[in-house]
Amino acid sequence: MSAIYILWLRELKRYSRSRAQVVASLGQPLLYLLVLGFGLGPVFQKAGKGSYLQFVAPGVIGMSVLFTSIFSGIGLLWDRQFGFLKETLVAPVPRLQIMVGRTLGGASVAMIQGLLILVVCVIAGFRPWSVMQLPVGVAVMALIAIVFSALGTAIGSTLQNMQGFQLVMNFLVMPIFFLSGALFPLDGLPPALSVVTRLDPLTYGIDGLRGTLIGLTHFGLATDVGVLAVVATAFLGLGAYSFSKIQV
Amino acid sequence: MIHVENLVKTFGEVTAVNGVSFDVHAGEIFAFLGPNGAGKTTTIQMLTTLVRPDSGQIAIDGLDPKVQPHDVRRRFGIVFQDPSLDSELTAYENMELHGVLYHVPRRTRHERIERLLTIFELWERRDAYVKTFSGGMRRRLEIARGLLHTPRILFLDEPTLGLDPQSRNQLWTQVKHLNESEGVTVFLTTHYMDEADRVAHRIAIIDHGRIVAQGSSAELKAQTNTDSLEAAFLALTGSTIRDERADAADQMRQMVKMWRGR
Repeated sequence: MSAIYILWLRELKRYSRSRAQVVASLGQPLLYLLVLGFGLGPVFQKAGKGSYLQFVAPGVIGMSVLFTSIFSGIGLLWDRQFGFLKETLVAPVPRLQIMVGRTLGGASVAMIQGLLILVVCVIAGFRPWSVMQLPVGVAVMALIAIVFSALGTAIGSTLQNMQGFQLVMNFLVMPIFFLSGALFPLDGLPPALSVVTRLDPLTYGIDGLRGTLIGLTHFGLATDVGVLAVVATAFLGLGAYSFSKIQV
Repeated sequence: MIHVENLVKTFGEVTAVNGVSFDVHAGEIFAFLGPNGAGKTTTIQMLTTLVRPDSGQIAIDGLDPKVQPHDVRRRFGIVFQDPSLDSELTAYENMELHGVLYHVPRRTRHERIERLLTIFELWERRDAYVKTFSGGMRRRLEIARGLLHTPRILFLDEPTLGLDPQSRNQLWTQVKHLNESEGVTVFLTTHYMDEADRVAHRIAIIDHGRIVAQGSSAELKAQTNTDSLEAAFLALTGSTIRDERADAADQMRQMVKMWRGR
């Protein structure tokens, strides 16, 4: 257990020390929130859907949780590059504990990041519909964070070097984000797109966030949480398996 | 302390280690020398549970790494060829993390960290980030870290690579001191023959995956009729230059490996 704790703590220390990066990582979500929120607002309003800022804020929160958690998992590549990975691999500790410590650390960091964005959204004018539902929203954030940290760990264990990183970014992370319904409503989509969005785990995460933050859900909160929990278990298993296969 | 018999490891068509046998006694400083690509690092990786041998026997302090990897890992410390510190953490935090991973009890952890960092002249800088350290300081920190859990054996894989003569001199003085005061067995590789000559009790020379000679420095010189270890080394391994890396086909394989996993 102490091994899990110390590796979790390491992720948090590294995060809290990279203040410049923390500020920089707020930039992109902020851009989406403000430019799309206010830019598409009038069109959205005319379509009779209400405030786009209200609608897109949960999507932007989900986006930053996605990016932060998947990249902290892929951070394994950096550890491999800079050698620290070996220090943990020769330690007399089961690999599973090392993987769990790292993954939970990455997920915690992603949650903090998500909460920061929530605060930024509120400053920009976003209003959660119910304070009572906020803790549930935070729990959904935690599930999203675990799903994608575990996926990041699986990817980071499989890639041998940095060149694969761009591929992962363009062919995995961006599609996950754009197909999740973070930026558009899920009802009335063309059938093909509707099917693809249902295959994307982040779709359920965003839907769960909308359900808890603005009281608007497509699948229902129970379905969202159920799907996320199943996917989290599957990805943790996958991450643990890939991590156990790493050779130095 | 280390017993190795008929060790073999092949990667694809390349036989990296081909029937290597040797013994390292408790309390000894043992140097394992050889040209690039001779099989030194692969041998160390097999001794330290990172790579599984294809065949042959290994006993580390009487234990088989295949059967009891965690018990074996607790018995050695290792300084890898390339750095393995977390440079975003402080020196003390790196030590502490290692202590937790190796189950060093909290009470003794702090004392031991203080003692080792003092020996390696890093105690004053314990709260500085490792990214601000020079190459020599990083190496010293890695050795201190490798010794934190009081291992019986310390593996040093080219620990002085890229260091200036002052740092090298200081590093070996400290390693010798720890070998004498704590009785830790040292297994080292290096390309600097003068270092091996100075610190090692016994030396084995490996080439093309096979041990070509072993004995004390004096014995190797006598065996080859030379007056320096460097000359003995060249007499035993020849003077052609070895290339380790990497043709186009190798790079293709790397790409495939990257996406398909191992």
